Amino acid sequence: MNFLFYLFSSFTLLSGIMVIQSRNPVYSVLFLILVFFNAAGLLVLLNLDFFAMIFLVVYVGAIAVLFLFVVMMLNIKLAEISEKRLRYFPIGGLLGLVFLFEILVIVDNDLIPLLFYENEPRVQDYHAVYFTNWAETIQTTSNIQALGNVLYTYYFVFFLLASLILLVAMLGAIMLTLQKGIRIKRQQVFFQNTREFAKTIRKHS
Amino acid sequence: MDIVKYLAVSMILFLLGIWGIFLNRKNIIVMLMSIELMLLAVNLNFLIFSVYLDDLVGQVFALIILTVAAAESAIGLALLVVYYRIRGTISVEFINLIQG
Repeated sequence: MNFLFYLFSSFTLLSGIMVIQSRNPVYSVLFLILVFFNAAGLLVLLNLDFFAMIFLVVYVGAIAVLFLFVVMMLNIKLAEISEKRLRYFPIGGLLGLVFLFEILVIVDNDLIPLLFYENEPRVQDYHAVYFTNWAETIQTTSNIQALGNVLYTYYFVFFLLASLILLVAMLGAIMLTLQKGIRIKRQQVFFQNTREFAKTIRKHS
Repeated sequence: MDIVKYLAVSMILFLLGIWGIFLNRKNIIVMLMSIELMLLAVNLNFLIFSVYLDDLVGQVFALIILTVAAAESAIGLALLVVYYRIRGTISVEFINLIQG
């Protein structure tokens, strides 16, 4: 389990680095797909099997394929992307390390003990006692079952709002990319209906 | 389950997304991909805390974020296609038409 965690997380971070530093956008999209696959592996390690599969379906199947389509459709000259990429690296690296330090101060107070929680018992201490939860072996619900129980009852408003967001995004994308040019042949209902049947089909003998 | 290791992974992934926008001033497709990386890291964060705190609301929230990520990438790429159709290039440094 531990080995698998290190494998997935190191591959996630390495391919995340490759996404932002590779020259060719096609390679970036392929490394992005690798990031999504390894994140799905991390979710499987967390016992979130439904979310691992839905990450694969949505991220790899929809978003990454959309990116690949756009990268293939626009021809981008690679020469114009090349130079002066490390100009903002010192200030950016400094800000990033400050961000990471602040997060680790909050989260990991073993590593950086600035905030002391002396009186509160820590959650990790209780994990020394192992026991078998016998109720779990008799009656258990899977992840997708529990999520559906909650999502369709208490949080159905969010579910409907998500569907509305998807509808608006679909209509927006279609309206943005719809070409109203002259070159495209369109259906003209009036001419179709007023066309005479006797003239359209003729028998050549 | 060690929460700190998982959180470190998702935080470093978020930081990589920020760096991808910050350092990459030329290519707007890579910037959109960095936004996807940041949304993935936030989503992982919600899921990790949902498992750790044994609360199912985090997973509902992660599902909503997934929807928003898909909608955002669709709209962004449609805007990119329209911009490429008008200008013929997608370099970020030429997007300065409405500067004052």
